[in-house]
Amino acid sequence: MDATGIGLWGVPLAILGGAIRVSTPFIFVSLGEAITERSGRINLGLEGTLVFGAMTAYAVAVMTNSPWLGLLAAAAAGLCFGLFHGWICKFPKVNDIAIGIALMLFGSGLAFFFGKPFIKPKAPNLPAIPFGAWSDIPQVQAALDVNVLFLIGAALSLVLWWAFRNTRAGLIVRVVGDSSDAARAMGLDPNTVRLIATGVGGALAGIGGAYLSLYYPGSWTERISSGQGLMAVALVIFARWNPLGCFASALLFGGAGALGPALQSVGVTQGYYLFYAAPYILTLIIMIATSSPTRSLAGAPGELSITK
Amino acid sequence: MSAITGNKAVGVETIGMTMRFGAFTALGDVSIKVPAGSFHALLGENGAGKSTLVKCTMGFYHPTAGDILVDGREVAIASPRDASALGLGMVYQHFTLVPSLTGAENLVISREKVPGVIDWRKERGELAKFMDRMPFKLPLDVKVAELAAGEKQKLEIIKQLYLGRSFLVLDEPTSVLTPGEAQEVLGLVRAMTRAGELTVLMISHKFHEVTQFADDVSVLRKGRLTGTGRVLDLDRKAMAAMMIGDQPIAALDSRAEPRPDAEIVLKVKALKAPDRTGLKSIRIEDLGVRAGEIVGIAGISGNGQKEFLEVLAGQRPRHAGEVMVRGAAYTATRAEARALNVRLIPEEPLKNACAPKMTVAENISFRTFDIDGNGKPVSWISAGAIRAFSARLVEQFKVKTASLASPIASLSGGNVQRAVLARELTGKVDLLIVSNPCFGLDFSAVAEIRARIMKARNAGAAVLLMSEDLDELLELSDRIFVMSDGALVYETPIAQASVQTIGEHMAGHH
Repeated sequence: MDATGIGLWGVPLAILGGAIRVSTPFIFVSLGEAITERSGRINLGLEGTLVFGAMTAYAVAVMTNSPWLGLLAAAAAGLCFGLFHGWICKFPKVNDIAIGIALMLFGSGLAFFFGKPFIKPKAPNLPAIPFGAWSDIPQVQAALDVNVLFLIGAALSLVLWWAFRNTRAGLIVRVVGDSSDAARAMGLDPNTVRLIATGVGGALAGIGGAYLSLYYPGSWTERISSGQGLMAVALVIFARWNPLGCFASALLFGGAGALGPALQSVGVTQGYYLFYAAPYILTLIIMIATSSPTRSLAGAPGELSITK
Repeated sequence: MSAITGNKAVGVETIGMTMRFGAFTALGDVSIKVPAGSFHALLGENGAGKSTLVKCTMGFYHPTAGDILVDGREVAIASPRDASALGLGMVYQHFTLVPSLTGAENLVISREKVPGVIDWRKERGELAKFMDRMPFKLPLDVKVAELAAGEKQKLEIIKQLYLGRSFLVLDEPTSVLTPGEAQEVLGLVRAMTRAGELTVLMISHKFHEVTQFADDVSVLRKGRLTGTGRVLDLDRKAMAAMMIGDQPIAALDSRAEPRPDAEIVLKVKALKAPDRTGLKSIRIEDLGVRAGEIVGIAGISGNGQKEFLEVLAGQRPRHAGEVMVRGAAYTATRAEARALNVRLIPEEPLKNACAPKMTVAENISFRTFDIDGNGKPVSWISAGAIRAFSARLVEQFKVKTASLASPIASLSGGNVQRAVLARELTGKVDLLIVSNPCFGLDFSAVAEIRARIMKARNAGAAVLLMSEDLDELLELSDRIFVMSDGALVYETPIAQASVQTIGEHMAGHH
């Protein structure tokens, strides 16, 4: 157990490192979903968008040898998925949740279909910044090796939090999400706003996918996503549609996800599989703890079909 | 009155306005003139074409025929945007403020031109200056959802003024206000018209508001203009005649003498229940309703009346306290309601008292379909018996329906309410719980429904009537309670009831 040199300190350190590493896709998907839901729509298809984004990013990175082009391609693919969802949902009597589930399966299926030839080759990774270079303990170095996307995600959540209050676009999204009637009375077209919001949400989910295949775990397989796209939807509700809350809860989930590997790394050999389930158990606990039989969620956008 | 907005009122005139939806003429050849700086009232029943007319002038509808003149010049109004460019604005009956945004955010985002990044310090400064000139003071930094109804209504009006509108359509602006608030808001609006800064077209069906505040009045019936003139030259009777034509109006039964020693049918003691938000609770300390009396509960919507009704109806759990009907604990089960003859007429009957897609016959038989003539449960439901029973009630309560097999959702509001009354008032009624029974119904339906409730009272039922319409309570009740902030705060027998005092208690000023 002492082979690592820092003993049990390895566990919190690994959790911290894991939180930073694992949380990044959660951050992007949940920020994207927060934008979409704030506009009054739910896009459950982000799981499919995430997987398709992962495949696209990997494929483009393999072909062009540039991870950044891969990232852009993933964002563009995500944008297309989002716009498609938004476009279908503008028709009357279309249910956004049902379309989301359909797109989730469609995105994953399409990704597996196009992704077959890319399972073998190796793509270049997205760069990380070694914030741990000051230390000569390898665990510290590993934990503080922070990918640029994590930093971008952190900045983005701050920007979104600010933008929802201080920009015209942010206020318009909130107006549309809270009351279609009020939006129409202002001369806004809710469908257009939601189309754009769903598109942007999809693009962010695509970026989350690119992180999966181009950094951590860092290769394209069909089991690349373990439901991050769906969990992110739960995250958004847990975070009360607040971008800063999304960031914090993504970190929390990332940390919980890192619990299993961290215990394993310090030599716990029994039952650590149980800890792999920690994020899912955490989801359940949070959902139960924050639920109430008598009142609806505070802060929920009024036009959201789950809260109506 | 000094300058408030600095705007100049505009006059609006419609000429031969006609609007057809398919074969149905919602508005036929209506010409009205609202001169600049006047306060014009538009009277009419539901479906008379009032909203169609204003929606045509505001650019929501494109009229089939007819012209609009603004300040004497013919204009084309193709969209609400065109209307606002001309200074025409509308305050809707249903609020158009965004609940989760603050007042300031609502005002700024509704502007025509909003900068991409909002400089809140500058905006707040300008808003403060603007509010200094406004006749009413409002907190702009709290979420609109947390404002009281009266404050929301004021904010709606302020929003229109902020946007520089000088012709305002007010769609039943006082329906959610206390009498005091209504006086205040309309008085201030009228002062602005007097100052020549605003022209107002107010949709209403409250005669006292029209006679008190309006200069002119136009009356619509079935899409036609049936009368117009100066308010001073018309009395209520004349206006009512223009509104309803020569339909017969059901007369209210004369009130049977209440017996102070009558049995107390409904008794509520120390009742506590969570309210809608789950953050506060409603508390009913002590309420008794005797046989043969109507006890009215007044209050502005959102003060716990709805929750109280839901507890009585068994839709909401209670934390503590007891509800007794004729001495027996009552938890609103079907068996108890049947044994104790408790009947319920909730508000929005289509939503709360009907299964909208089931037929009229089925809906009317909800209370009786599973028992036979002797009150014994039946093992086989007879469609024939349901039809015969409901045919009799439809006839008796004059429910207008295409067929007994039509879904009840296809009926008009008044007829849905008649069908519910037919179901609830048939058989022996010991306790009748009613909430806003006449909301959104037309004149003749209102008169008939009130007459039925009075009849039930005279037949010995104890009636608990919750209503947001104070006139209705004053007309029907024997005693009136005021509910404010989840509790009954005031009680008065009808003989001593004063609108003034009740209004003050509704507003929570005591």
